[in-house]
Amino acid sequence: MTAHRWLVLLAILIPAGSALAAPPQHTILVGYLGQSRDPPLPVGPLDEVPTDQGLAGARLGMADNNTTGQFTGQRFELRERVLPKGGDAADAAKKMAGAGIRFIIADLDHDELLAAADALKDTGALLLNSRAPDDDLRQENCRAEVLHVLPSRAMLADGLAQYLVWKRWTRWLLVTGPTAGDHLYAAAVRRAAQRFGAEIVEEKPWTFRPGNGRSDTGHVVLQTEIPTFTRSPDYDVLIVADEDDRFGAYLEGRTERPRPIAGTHGLVSTAWSPVAELWGATQLQNRFRRAAGRWMTAVDYAAWAAARSLGEAALRTESADPATIAAYLRGPDFLLAAFKGKGLTFRPWNGQMRQPVLIVGPRLLVSVSPQAEFLHQGDDLDSLGFDRENSSCRF
Amino acid sequence: MPFLTRALLTAAPLLCALGPVRADTIYVSNELDNTISVVDGQSLSLVRTIPVGRRPRGLELSPDKRTLYVAAGDDNRIDVIDLPSGKVAGSLPSGEDPEVFALSPDGTRAYVANENDSLVSAVDIASRKVVGEIPVGVEPEGMAVSPDGRLVLCTSETTSMVHVIGAQKLTLLDNLLVDTRPRWAAFSLDEKQIWVSSEIRGTLTVFDRDSRKQVAHIEFSVPGMDRELVQAVGFVLNRAGTRAYVALGPSNRVAEVDAKSFEVLRLYLVGQRVWHVALSPDETRLYTANGNSSDISVIDLDSHEVIKSIGVGRGPWGVAVAP
Repeated sequence: MTAHRWLVLLAILIPAGSALAAPPQHTILVGYLGQSRDPPLPVGPLDEVPTDQGLAGARLGMADNNTTGQFTGQRFELRERVLPKGGDAADAAKKMAGAGIRFIIADLDHDELLAAADALKDTGALLLNSRAPDDDLRQENCRAEVLHVLPSRAMLADGLAQYLVWKRWTRWLLVTGPTAGDHLYAAAVRRAAQRFGAEIVEEKPWTFRPGNGRSDTGHVVLQTEIPTFTRSPDYDVLIVADEDDRFGAYLEGRTERPRPIAGTHGLVSTAWSPVAELWGATQLQNRFRRAAGRWMTAVDYAAWAAARSLGEAALRTESADPATIAAYLRGPDFLLAAFKGKGLTFRPWNGQMRQPVLIVGPRLLVSVSPQAEFLHQGDDLDSLGFDRENSSCRF
Repeated sequence: MPFLTRALLTAAPLLCALGPVRADTIYVSNELDNTISVVDGQSLSLVRTIPVGRRPRGLELSPDKRTLYVAAGDDNRIDVIDLPSGKVAGSLPSGEDPEVFALSPDGTRAYVANENDSLVSAVDIASRKVVGEIPVGVEPEGMAVSPDGRLVLCTSETTSMVHVIGAQKLTLLDNLLVDTRPRWAAFSLDEKQIWVSSEIRGTLTVFDRDSRKQVAHIEFSVPGMDRELVQAVGFVLNRAGTRAYVALGPSNRVAEVDAKSFEVLRLYLVGQRVWHVALSPDETRLYTANGNSSDISVIDLDSHEVIKSIGVGRGPWGVAVAP
């Protein structure tokens, strides 16, 4: 690591007393590509549904980059585009690349992300996935044009499994919702159970219609239905797969057996949470709240980390050249400080950002995985998700 | 002459008593319970707890050691503690969310890192006014003033720079890129060097003050420990310029560094998550604030032993020692 003197020459040229003039500007264009989604139905009266999830995180990351950029002569410019429902992600990505944008924060779902990635093949543009947790995007459907900033479902499930196994809560009742995402989350939970030595005693599909719980007598129905529904051989913890937050919150306090709930509800494993305050996280939370007027979600955090990764690579390489920045991001020297106690890096075999996973309750942090007891021959963070040995990604 | 004689006679027993007695008083800021713990250096026991504003972290003694200033981050002010009475006597404006500040050598001015605003505020202590603001990088933290009072340093954690500020005109003179997440900065007492710690890389970088060229880059490791847990946070240089003592955060170690050869000489096992360290006035002891174990460790620097740990408040962060 060499120290760098950015402005010495300028300092000499400028008469004493004048404010230090801005160094020559090199602009780095960054795209934000989002898509419209149906807002989830609130489950309870306290639920707030942000409409700028992801975008607010990207904006903050870019603002952070520009604060640094005033000392380095680098200016980061965010070009925002949100697709309407059913919009053409491939076309939008191509247009961005055509406008000279080489880095796109992709706040896209699975299919749109793949379409955008394939449209950008051989353009030299890079997508930073801040939304899609799908494991196949890191495995058989990986793309050389994509870096994944959001942890995969496998990483989330592995992080939770490590904590539960450390607790010796190794018998799980798995309740899975109806969406494709719920099924994929459940698959990640099964994989984690096998990897870390837990047993799924029974699986139950949730088939009730969403929203019923909020009707006037909804609680009466839930009070009788959920005990019946959760009747099963004895287990230590109920794991719920409900990514869209349709029913998971109904389980707490109503299950047949008095057992804790984990997964997408209860004890949640996540990339980020408003309860994070360790390692200076309070500073990021304060900055985000001030800028966005709400709490920072995992998707906001991923978009922020995507923007900041670009800023860090531009700073260290002293370059605005997209190829230089992209190479540095994937290289061994890249390290992002992102309020998780360890520097974050990208896995060369599938472009996934290595990162600790937070295990959180509704009001407080409970733990951070990987757990110290799960050793790894290389980087402990690679005990989460798909390691080099079990990677099926071929760029 | 009778007067002088009498004065000497009165003072004599006192002087004798002072010889072997250690009069250090250690002040520790506890960021989680909003207090300052006062520890007696002779008995090595907690003697007093002073309530202050919310989330106290940075703390500094006035040059006459009669006043302790404490940055209360969540209350957006610096509390002024009158030490003879042990009470908060007032406060200084600080700009928003002050975390760390440094005093000018004459004690007239405080330079404050405003973490949320990417600013350094210069505060005139006598008039209690903010007299200037200097924009710096994201999350300013470590602050230092050169012994001649002419230069101010500020590290910005997310920007990964140390900013060099001219104190007289409050202008930014230079920005030095350092390793990821710089936390603390100091001038060597001969004023020839700038030292900076970087938390996430776990390193120290040393610059020549005038040429601003890198002189040394010091790495730390603890045998058998994950490299990521070895993070460099607070540090202190001794007056002779022969030693640096570096808090290594979650590795629960303090490193003793030869400040001439930049070699790491030894590691001390202290409490958990050691944030900051301070030397006793005679430099025979080092006191460390251990954030996660809510205690301070006392290191005897002659015997190279950790001789005691003393429970203080919750979340001890900064430490200052008065003679």
